[in-house]
Amino acid sequence: MSDLFTSAEKHLKSRHRSESRFRWMGRLAIGFSLGFLAIMLFSIFMLGKGALSRAEIALPVDLTAETVDQSDIEATSFSKLVRNTLFETFPEVTDRGERRRLLGVVSADAQYELKRQVLANPELLGQVQTIWFTASDDIDLYAKGEVDVTLPEDQRRLKDLELGWLNQLEVNGQLRSVFNKAFFTSGDSREPELAGILSALIGSIFSLMVCFALSFPLGIMAAIYLEEFAKKSRWSDFIEVNINNLAAVPSIVFGLLGLSIFLGVFGLPRSSPLVGGMVLALMTLPTIIIASRASLRSVPSSIREAALGMGATQVQSTFHHVMPLAMPGMLTGSIVGMARALGETAPLLMIGMVAFIVDVPQGFTDAATSLPVQVFLWADSPERSFLEKTSAAILVLLGLLIVMNIAAIVLRKKFERRY
Amino acid sequence: MTMKLTATAAVMSALVAGAAAAQERISIVGSSTVFPFSTTVAEHFGKATDFATPVVESTGSGGGLKLFCAGAGLDTPDITNASRRIKASEVATCAENGVTEITEVKIGYDGIVMANSREAVPFELTLRDIFLALAANVPDGNGGTMPNPNATWADVNPALPEIRIEVMGPPPTSGTRDAFSELAMEGGCDTFEMVEAMEKADYKAFCHTIREDGAYIEAGENDNLIVQKLTANPNALGIFGYSFLEQNADLVQGSTVDGVAPEFEAIASGDYPVSRSLYFYVKNAHVGQVPGIEEFLAEFTAEDTWGEYGYLTEKGLIPMGEEEMEQFADDAANLTPLSM
Repeated sequence: MSDLFTSAEKHLKSRHRSESRFRWMGRLAIGFSLGFLAIMLFSIFMLGKGALSRAEIALPVDLTAETVDQSDIEATSFSKLVRNTLFETFPEVTDRGERRRLLGVVSADAQYELKRQVLANPELLGQVQTIWFTASDDIDLYAKGEVDVTLPEDQRRLKDLELGWLNQLEVNGQLRSVFNKAFFTSGDSREPELAGILSALIGSIFSLMVCFALSFPLGIMAAIYLEEFAKKSRWSDFIEVNINNLAAVPSIVFGLLGLSIFLGVFGLPRSSPLVGGMVLALMTLPTIIIASRASLRSVPSSIREAALGMGATQVQSTFHHVMPLAMPGMLTGSIVGMARALGETAPLLMIGMVAFIVDVPQGFTDAATSLPVQVFLWADSPERSFLEKTSAAILVLLGLLIVMNIAAIVLRKKFERRY
Repeated sequence: MTMKLTATAAVMSALVAGAAAAQERISIVGSSTVFPFSTTVAEHFGKATDFATPVVESTGSGGGLKLFCAGAGLDTPDITNASRRIKASEVATCAENGVTEITEVKIGYDGIVMANSREAVPFELTLRDIFLALAANVPDGNGGTMPNPNATWADVNPALPEIRIEVMGPPPTSGTRDAFSELAMEGGCDTFEMVEAMEKADYKAFCHTIREDGAYIEAGENDNLIVQKLTANPNALGIFGYSFLEQNADLVQGSTVDGVAPEFEAIASGDYPVSRSLYFYVKNAHVGQVPGIEEFLAEFTAEDTWGEYGYLTEKGLIPMGEEEMEQFADDAANLTPLSM
């Protein structure tokens, strides 16, 4: 008897030890993942925060009647105006090659910026005005302190010549850093200082709207029929296996399907969020069906039996009693599926959404791209300044994902009922 | 339930309404190497004219030509970019599908560089060195071939440093890789007399096949990534386009090939041996159907765009000589159909 007791005590100790070991291992694992997540977010944030500001250069532009025809502003050559302003600000630059470098100090968009400002504020006309122009990407990097001026001249993109001009501008207070609103209000551009995220963001939102409008009703109907109405048979088993398989099909396959069916047979417009959303809907459909079926299955059968017992038809029992209870789970499943769709690029490649799009899409059939595609395209660009844009775009994408996931959690908490 | 149905119906009708309002704009597909140049012109074109900004897709040269040649309908691309010349077989496919008149426009040159970190000593390579370092099989000296035994650069050429051969470059799907095989590998291969006697297929297999024993590392299509890896590993060399060397001159240095450094003038004059031509192809049948194609061609072929001081040189394009430029500008203006 006492033998048994001591041996049990000995075992107990080792059992407790193994339990606490397991707990520590779990904590360690979670700590590791959180640590890596923190490192990743921190490094993306540190790289991306530069995209929130941009350098501007102030130049005195002569807008008197001599240079601008006051009655017909459109007829003025604004590029010439910008050119002359720069040449007058730095009169010592006369060499052709050096003058070309001087023109590269302001962004390629300077003439349009000037035109916009003059058209919007005609009262600027008639005198010499100080106008702030967006600086070119190399100047922008310099202003952010990311150019190592101690390197030998042939290893930097900014030469001593430009550094001299920048020095002069800085001393005279003609160089400033402002919030980069354009990043959120304009479309893509080949010039990093002008590139914005809006066209990709709108493209993503349009695609997701189409995706939701198609996959949510279809997915839920299919799930309800399969779970509540369909008789268990070989056929229903066959369908179930296929749905589970579809959920694991690589997403590029759906893109190929979209290319041959939606573009080839239906003749829908290439690169449009309509087709993008349809392809993403095909991809999310299995996820939604599986999540919705699980959610329906978790509704206790006593609810159904009670409804049927009170004389409700099966349709009434399902739609009045079972579906409202299963709705939070269905919504969560759908949102998680949509969040996955938001991050997809592979299926979009086949239907032409991996593209350079400047104009912000106005409708579902306009050419559009999406956020992850924008990240991919910027990461592939040679210009150094695109690095910060890439990271900032990733942050916007992560932000959108977090909003969607929070929505899923809020919906679940709000409507969930426990028994 | 009814509400949801109404909402769905509303969304669907919005979709149909949107379809009616779709705008007709130029659609461009093709090479990822030409993509930066094509998009820059598209952006300028969109800003300077009242036409909608063309949509430019990056599909690769082969993929672009496939889409381009799929048919003459307005739902097919109007222009395709290529980092190599169109093949006779592709012209034939085009013709079969009703695309009979194509205008070829060469836009300039692109240099392919082999570079390493600024922290290491610069390499002075020859095409023969490149072939001996990277080929799967090399001549054994007795008229036959053997698997590449070279482990270090000094094995290849005693004048080179004694470090392990480690070269990061693009995968076989890339146009840069095709051009590298054709220009650098084949160029080095041709320095051996024995290849002259080879059958065409054997020659290609011998000269183009890159070793797979770890000395050549496929580093993906992203050239920025290769630059980053080079700075982390000073012993490695990387293969990428000239524009990436130009943008990252503070981090990496280009190796000289046959004594010529990969610099703007040397690539433009053709002295640098590893440089290729870039093209785009226009579907003549779409001119007049899709608004703005002629104006887009005029913008692309303007001196201010692709000339020596044009804005494309800012992006890393190496311009053509004046005669060639004039000829292709004429071809573009007159839509001279390609004949092969």
